[in-house]
Amino acid sequence: MTLDFASQADYLLALLPEIVLSLWAMLVLMVDVFQKGNRVEASRPVVAWLSLAGLVVTAAANGWLLTIEEAAVTGMVAVDSFRVFVNFIVLIAAALAILISIGYLDRRGINRGEFYALLLFATVGMMLLGAARDLILLFLALELMSVALYVLVGFDRRDPRSSEGALKYFLLGSFSSGFLLYGIALVFGSARSTNLSAIVPLLPSLQESPMFLIGAGLLLVGLAFKVAVMPFHVWTPDAYDGAPTPVTALMATGVKAAAFAAFIRVFAVGFAGIYNEWSVVLSWLALLTMFGANLIALTQGSVKRMLAYSSIAHAGYLLVAVLAANAYGAAAFLFYLLVYTLMTAGAFGIVIANSRGANELNKLDDYAGFGWREPLLGAVFSIFLLSLAGFPLTGGFIGKLYILRSSLEAGNVELAVSLVLASVISYFYYLRVVVVMYMRPAPAEEANRTVLLTGPGQLAMSVSAVAVLALFFVPGWVLDVAQRSVASLFTVPGTFFGLGP
Amino acid sequence: MDFYRSHWVLTFLVFAPLIGAVVALVLPAARARWVALWTGVIELLVATPLFWTFEPVGAAMQNEVALPWIPNWGIYYRLGLDGISLFMVLLTALLLPLMVLGSWTYIKDRERVFYAMLLALTTGVMGVFVALDMFLFYVFWEMMLIPMYFLIGVWGGKDRIYAAVKFFLYTAAGSLLMLVGILYLFSRYQALTGESSFAYGDFLSLPLTSGEQAWLFAAFAIAFAIKVPVFPLHTWLPAAHVQAPTAGSVILAGVLLKMGTYGFLRFALPLFPGAASADTTVLLFMVLGLIGIIYTAMVAAVQPNAKRLVAYTSVAHLGFAVLGIFALNVQGIQGALILMIAHGVSTPMLFFLLGMLYERTHSYEIEDFGGLAASIPIFALMLVFAALASIGLPGTGGFVSEFLVLIGTFRVQPWIAFIAASGVIFAAFYMLPMVQRTVFNSLTRPANRAIPDLCGREIALLVPLVAIILWLGIYPRPILERMEPSVGRLIERVETSRFVSTPGEAVVASSASSSDEGIRE
Repeated sequence: MTLDFASQADYLLALLPEIVLSLWAMLVLMVDVFQKGNRVEASRPVVAWLSLAGLVVTAAANGWLLTIEEAAVTGMVAVDSFRVFVNFIVLIAAALAILISIGYLDRRGINRGEFYALLLFATVGMMLLGAARDLILLFLALELMSVALYVLVGFDRRDPRSSEGALKYFLLGSFSSGFLLYGIALVFGSARSTNLSAIVPLLPSLQESPMFLIGAGLLLVGLAFKVAVMPFHVWTPDAYDGAPTPVTALMATGVKAAAFAAFIRVFAVGFAGIYNEWSVVLSWLALLTMFGANLIALTQGSVKRMLAYSSIAHAGYLLVAVLAANAYGAAAFLFYLLVYTLMTAGAFGIVIANSRGANELNKLDDYAGFGWREPLLGAVFSIFLLSLAGFPLTGGFIGKLYILRSSLEAGNVELAVSLVLASVISYFYYLRVVVVMYMRPAPAEEANRTVLLTGPGQLAMSVSAVAVLALFFVPGWVLDVAQRSVASLFTVPGTFFGLGP
Repeated sequence: MDFYRSHWVLTFLVFAPLIGAVVALVLPAARARWVALWTGVIELLVATPLFWTFEPVGAAMQNEVALPWIPNWGIYYRLGLDGISLFMVLLTALLLPLMVLGSWTYIKDRERVFYAMLLALTTGVMGVFVALDMFLFYVFWEMMLIPMYFLIGVWGGKDRIYAAVKFFLYTAAGSLLMLVGILYLFSRYQALTGESSFAYGDFLSLPLTSGEQAWLFAAFAIAFAIKVPVFPLHTWLPAAHVQAPTAGSVILAGVLLKMGTYGFLRFALPLFPGAASADTTVLLFMVLGLIGIIYTAMVAAVQPNAKRLVAYTSVAHLGFAVLGIFALNVQGIQGALILMIAHGVSTPMLFFLLGMLYERTHSYEIEDFGGLAASIPIFALMLVFAALASIGLPGTGGFVSEFLVLIGTFRVQPWIAFIAASGVIFAAFYMLPMVQRTVFNSLTRPANRAIPDLCGREIALLVPLVAIILWLGIYPRPILERMEPSVGRLIERVETSRFVSTPGEAVVASSASSSDEGIRE
């Protein structure tokens, strides 16, 4: 089927996965309300499973998108395999977040159906973000996602850290939305359109326009806030640390995937004509992020905070892929994003597992002897950590190799070497957790240890760990799919991905 | 005999330990050491005939295989064996059952994981020596770090965590730069031919400018030099050796360090012959090797801890290997190879003996002993033999190897050979007092009177090492014969490029370039 967006009805088809998920989120809300009436009590498990089912149905609708084509690339919504790939990553991230929150919310006394509905709405926002080819839609998607997340971060409102994180995230997030909106206004002012496909042909004439360049710069700042690139990361550690851990997992994976996809659509595809202008800025941001985040992560005493900084560092690696400016770069980006989502969500899942009573034990010392006490989860955590470090035998290695390869082929030898040196730093803090888990004697008082990660969560973590290993041993298929998915980006003439070897 | 003509023998040797590791993990803890022992014995029995089935005449790789693994990146499962890797494979297979015997009563907790790690480590090491795909090689090279890290960190001594982390970070940091080097070769090959490949053979035929060679050689050489270890990158080794359990020290000294020298011979030299044979490089490595020999000998002489002393002697011995390699002639490189084997049996023997002593007395401190010859004579006999082998007494492998290295060095740098020869005297200077203060002198400590002498299991594991040390010292010809063609080919490659290369010009090795005429522009 081919869509030309001549009639508005075409948009209904093009947005089918998002529409399905939005309706499903409302359904989840309804079911929860009708079950509980006006009694104050925890939601039934069925709400969580219903939300998961919604993600599965959406995934099916998302797969169906592959069968339709667009007549031209002028629509507000992109219908291409790049979007489909990103959507799948977002859906996996959401599913993992739901699976690890089963049981966890009960323990913390925050199991309310709104949690799942908000999570699904945030997911809709992420999916739209990866599809937006128009700056207005981009802004709408970003806000849909962010507003739901502000609430989710502060969902445990009796916990001061959760509230603190939410407030910080909200203030800085709305600030960055302001940047983004102002950038859009300036771009619109100089290009007379917010549609990226309309802006592309104008780029040669706009190259000299200060208004346009400032607008693009503000857009870059706004998006850099959302992907948490240094120095726009200051909200990240507190929001990640304070948020309920499943929300942290979602923010570190799905949000980042979606915002990065928007990054690629706006800058790599849309503003490819002014590559020389933005690549300089982005290179410095990438260097700062890789080294800065890794160095700060070294000093963290809390595993959750350490993982927060680690996710910032990974944003730096992903920027190197964006900067590679060739077809491998975009494919490497998708592949890495997939591995990154599995291993990061997995690592946050394990954070839930190490607990006492209803509280997570986040301090590094609390992990002493964890590997021997929980052999399965310890092994799974080690796999995630080694993969985050980019060690062979894990998908993280292939992902990093892919980024390095694209970077070398683009001639960015300095960036490649920096990435490697930054990884050396990261070895130290990832390894430290493994050291503590296996080599420090367990504390004497073992009483009251609980594993907040329930059966479904443990299963999900194990499957993720196996997937991370499989992405090393048999990556061929996923590599193929990633490569074919970026081929659709070539259809826009003059994009820099088309200029690759 | 088809098994020994195909790649299956190599595949078996690489993966049998891994299967053994899984079995050891699954079965009850009491069975773990038996599983490991049987795996080791089978490994050794399968590996031994390679010595005879290996064809010494052909210089080319034998038992080769190339099966697609990640074909869209040109990554293949490529293995092969030549005269350089053959002996490393045999050495690894020999040490595995001995290590299991050496840990028999030493390891008392978490036996399953211990033996699984030991076996997984063997897979990694074996893989490094036979991999002919640079990607595969890198994977094995890194993969072996994890089990070694756990062996030191979980079953090690008091400062085990410090030692384990230091070991891991040193080696991992070095090898990441090598990874960039490998990827650079990969992208150069792709730019020239339009095909993706990580094959060692393909990279050999890649023309590289002398500038590229210098950088790439540096990236590879740092990774290998850390592993060897070459002074001043050696500081991780004494820490790791002292803290590691006996089996860990044995495999570390026996084969892990050889991965560094092997890396020089297999990769750094033939891939970048221009940079490797440049006068500055040769002089730099010879001087570093020389400093390693003299300086660590002096440091070893003042160590109060016997295990630390032996650890430093490793650095000194491998300094000789570095000298031999960078002499870039047949005697030098053959000497280095024999040294790798001789050191690979004599130093593990010392570590085994010290481990046995530790099991009895819980000490490595030299001053805790004295006069042990009276209470445990068989142990004393073995220790004296191992010490003499380590010094390089004529009749042992150490003598043959150091002699060859010195001849090779003398032909290029007589003065360095002259100074290095004094290292042999230094070896006696640190080793003999240690032996004297532990097994001779008077038996001062009453506790040392009552310790039992070596048991049958311990003697059984030492006897093969004694036999090989003597064989290497008395009749090394069969070994030298098998190495010669491969060494000859390596030297030819380096020599040719030494005359061809001029600054800025592409350097192509003569042997491999014939088929690639079309791609050079």
